[in-house]
Amino acid sequence: MTAQTKRSIFNRPEKTYVHPYFGGLVLGIVLFLAFFLTGNGLGSSGATSRIDAALVDAISPSHVDNTPYLLKLAGGDKNPLDDWIVPVFFGALLGGFTSGAFNGRLKFMTTKGPNISNRTRWLMSFLGGVLFLYGARMARGCTSGQALSGGATLAAGSWAIMFAIFGGAYATAYFVRKFWL
Amino acid sequence: MNFPLPSLVAVSAANPWTYVLFAVIGFAFGYTLEMSGFGDSRKLAAQFYFTEMTVLKVMFTAITVAMVLLFGAVGLGVLDFSQVWVNPTYLASGIIGGLIMGVGFIVGGFCPTTSLASASTGKIDGMLFMFGGFVGAFLFGETEKYFDGWYTNAGYYGRLTLDQVFGIPVGAVVVIVILMALFMFWGGEQLERIFGKKDLSKEPKLRIAGAAALFAAAVAVLAIGNPTLEEKYNKVKFTRTETIEQLNADPIINTYIYTADEMLENRLVFITPAEAFKAKYNQSMNPVYLDVRSEADYNLYHIENAVNVPLDRLTEVIPVLLSEPPANTVFILMSNDETAAVSAWKTLVGSSVPNVYILEGGVNNWIAFFGKDDKTLQPAPNAGDDQLGYIFPAALGSRYESCDPSPIEYEKLEFEAKIKLQLKRDKSGGGCG
Repeated sequence: MTAQTKRSIFNRPEKTYVHPYFGGLVLGIVLFLAFFLTGNGLGSSGATSRIDAALVDAISPSHVDNTPYLLKLAGGDKNPLDDWIVPVFFGALLGGFTSGAFNGRLKFMTTKGPNISNRTRWLMSFLGGVLFLYGARMARGCTSGQALSGGATLAAGSWAIMFAIFGGAYATAYFVRKFWL
Repeated sequence: MNFPLPSLVAVSAANPWTYVLFAVIGFAFGYTLEMSGFGDSRKLAAQFYFTEMTVLKVMFTAITVAMVLLFGAVGLGVLDFSQVWVNPTYLASGIIGGLIMGVGFIVGGFCPTTSLASASTGKIDGMLFMFGGFVGAFLFGETEKYFDGWYTNAGYYGRLTLDQVFGIPVGAVVVIVILMALFMFWGGEQLERIFGKKDLSKEPKLRIAGAAALFAAAVAVLAIGNPTLEEKYNKVKFTRTETIEQLNADPIINTYIYTADEMLENRLVFITPAEAFKAKYNQSMNPVYLDVRSEADYNLYHIENAVNVPLDRLTEVIPVLLSEPPANTVFILMSNDETAAVSAWKTLVGSSVPNVYILEGGVNNWIAFFGKDDKTLQPAPNAGDDQLGYIFPAALGSRYESCDPSPIEYEKLEFEAKIKLQLKRDKSGGGCG
């Protein structure tokens, strides 16, 4: 794979990932501190639909007025971006970038299974994003807002959603194995 | 100090630091995901072919660590769980949405936040997933109207936690979840050995000490238990402001902080029958009249629309009172005099129910005020404390005239308003909404 031999941006040596249990420990402490200080957990998919709503509101405010879901986010003088999840979203982008920069993992590449072309991978990641966010808005939260945050507060619905996510993925995995194996 | 800090529960332009705080939380979130390897879709997808269980390990370590710390802090009384956002349960849309997310996960190789870690480190597939996400969220907004009723109502249980589902103490659930997670870690490592050809002897021994520490912490959470109602009651604080008009200057506004007992002593939570009656016609509030007397007394006489919740059954309805009533709901408690209502007030306030008031003088005072012309109601001379002070010809419930006074006859009533609406934080202030 050519991508792995390429030097990273800033020329820093690529470091290995931290041990999963250590990563989980740090993530758990971050999640706890978020709850402890603000009463809110972590999340991101809410920001996606809020940014969407802000775009629609800028292009066609009348469309917002005719769409009940957008009305809740951007109706009247409501600013859809005025929500805690929006700074979390942009903070996460910056945090990911910073970790990548420190650890020599900033490089333009495509992460994919060995037996598919870049184009197929690009199409699939786009389609996966469409599906995932559609489901995330339906379930009122994604792996972060529901599985992680709701899981830690023992929210009954979040545990059901967590098992549904894993169930859906394991049930589909066999049929898309050529993308990954 | 009581956590979470009220000034930080939502972003607000009045307090710009809140944006910085949430951005820092997001930064730590994104940093942790990237350093755990979640910028690489192969690491995420491997979870579903059993070759590498990183997703399971990171996720469940994070959930269990946060859960132990969270319920430990709640048990020690430093964190008010009623102010922690708990995702309301919508079983139907949650499960269908979850299954769709699962398909998106294995097809796209990311989940929304991991795609941010991926896109920000230059991975083209991560960027496309993120872009696809904007399209997917947009499509949901456009199509939600076709199944709005199902989306809003199907399988709705409100704020529901696993300890309530199983009827066991929350500490026990914490221990069970930890045991389940440790079993999954063990199973996950076995799968990695079989499917991923991984040499487990190279894994750090420290992880076993970590597992033991996690289990010990869970047992500690179980042992600490929950703060008693009395402890929670003693920590509740009320804020009241007093405005003094000045002749030639801006009015002076004094702010006072009262404990719950001081609120009772200063009679700041006792509202007159007139105020309780007028609350019905006040557009800014939604009064709920809770009658905590026995069913027999309630059947003899009760105020129109009052709900009978005998004092000994009050704790059963607290979850209902807490689970997202409109923020402007005002609970007005009443007994025959005041004794039982005060006791109910302490229970509700200790349980973090907002906007709870007591009908001054109880139902007897209500009758004395609105029913003084009703000749069928005769005072009972020997009524003891908190007993009905009248003799009723029949158990007519709320069909006496004074149960539902005429808003026209009593259009003008003088009273000193004691109700100060304390609006709970905006529902959208929580969750991934």
